[in-house]
Amino acid sequence: MKSLAKIISYLALAASLVPSLLYFTGMIDHDAVKWTALAGTIIWFISTPLWAGQCETADTSAN
Amino acid sequence: MTTGNQLTQVNEYEREPVPPKAQLGAGKFWGMYAGEHTAGTEFMIGPLFLAAGASIQDLIFGLLLGNILAVLTWRYLVTPIAIGKRFTLYYQLERIAGGSLTKCYNVVNGVLFCFLAGAMITVSASAVGVPFNIHYTVPEATFGFGAPSFTGLVVVVGVIIAVVAAAGYQAVARVANIAAPWMIAIFVACGVVSLVQMEATSFAALSEGKYWSDAIAFVQEKEGVQAFPFWQIVAFAWLCNGAMHFGMADLSIFRFARSASSGWAPSIGMFLGHYMGWICAALLLAAQIKLSQDHSANPGALAWGALGWTGIICVVIAGWTTANPTIYRAGLAFQGVMPTCSRKTMTLVAGAVATVAGAFPNLSAQLLGFVGTYGTILGPMGAVVFVDYYLMKKIGLRDDYAVRVGSSVNLAALVAWLLPVSIGLYLIFAKGIFAAYAVIPAWLACGMIYLALSKLTQKPVPA
Repeated sequence: MKSLAKIISYLALAASLVPSLLYFTGMIDHDAVKWTALAGTIIWFISTPLWAGQCETADTSAN
Repeated sequence: MTTGNQLTQVNEYEREPVPPKAQLGAGKFWGMYAGEHTAGTEFMIGPLFLAAGASIQDLIFGLLLGNILAVLTWRYLVTPIAIGKRFTLYYQLERIAGGSLTKCYNVVNGVLFCFLAGAMITVSASAVGVPFNIHYTVPEATFGFGAPSFTGLVVVVGVIIAVVAAAGYQAVARVANIAAPWMIAIFVACGVVSLVQMEATSFAALSEGKYWSDAIAFVQEKEGVQAFPFWQIVAFAWLCNGAMHFGMADLSIFRFARSASSGWAPSIGMFLGHYMGWICAALLLAAQIKLSQDHSANPGALAWGALGWTGIICVVIAGWTTANPTIYRAGLAFQGVMPTCSRKTMTLVAGAVATVAGAFPNLSAQLLGFVGTYGTILGPMGAVVFVDYYLMKKIGLRDDYAVRVGSSVNLAALVAWLLPVSIGLYLIFAKGIFAAYAVIPAWLACGMIYLALSKLTQKPVPA
């Protein structure tokens, strides 16, 4: 489950960044960049808490 | 600018050296610094470089050199002392300068934190206001309010941030950790989109830099000719975190480092947040000028123009996740002076001060000067720690003098701190020198004065 969430997070991160590069090369328009980045953002914040952040909290609180 | 996710660590082993079992590998520090220096204030600082008239070449090479110097300062000034003693800055200061003086220093730090948090509240409010058509405008007067609707929004945002900070920072720290890689991606995306908006999509256009020089020309036509030359950029990039490295605040972080190589970790924060982030944020303003002939550095509107709702979310999260721990830290500092008051109460007091500061948009617009002033005030005390660690024993004086004689105020440290800081503040506010320029002279003067006064005032004490 965590591995799947991790893969989804990386794809979401790519969806937040890559469209701007495609816009730079003229392959997509500005609106497509905005909506893809928003979708990537939403998915990132849903999937990433499933695998990230927990270990950091545990580690630091153990100090 | 830095934030405070490390608080979870700072509050442990406050009065004892960090034991080997609690020491951390370098990876933890790299992760922490990556998030810490990609903050809401980057959206404000980047455009200010453009508004101040910095050329793109000076910005690229000046930030590069300044950030390298900052990393070297962390690595070779802070880390050796941190892993040599493994104490927090405050405990070291208490041992050297005395408890009362350390509390005083801590309160000053807390007040400055409130102003920093205020700037972050302003940044967040600027973004929240965009969908509601609430405009962020910077009045002429330093302590002038913006539009009433914007002031009201600042109060709402400030109250929410203060209440969340008072409830505890764990959840916010977790959101900050999760958001960090995404924020970095969004900064890059903002920069790339801005370049396309300025039609700078070829190597020739990028290297010619007309997109930047046109924006500078526009700003100077409206605001008059200004200059922000190479060495000023170097000084700013090097010393904007002067309180953290020259001031030794990050002793509290690196005391957990297993090896000195962790001292290279700030490089990721510097080159993602203070290099790429600032340049991308500056490009946002250049694009806005080209598209709408508007040179107001409104972080929310700038991010909206590039990435729409994603930009707004980024500015809000960046501002919120950095303001929150900053207010929490300020609350802790205030509580140190009034231990009978609860931490929650003092955090709310800090939040109220930050919200009032955030209601004055001109304060955040003067962030370039503020962070230099912040370093000038807090940085010199790091020289006292440096002298105590490296020089006192070598010249036959006692280190940790206050704890050895049971003093609550080491006069040598007090005078060594106040004298150069007073002169530095006079030069900044009365003579108008660029604030970051005062940090290193004040640091050197503080160290020399502390050494000389210790030589004159120290009395023999048993080993």
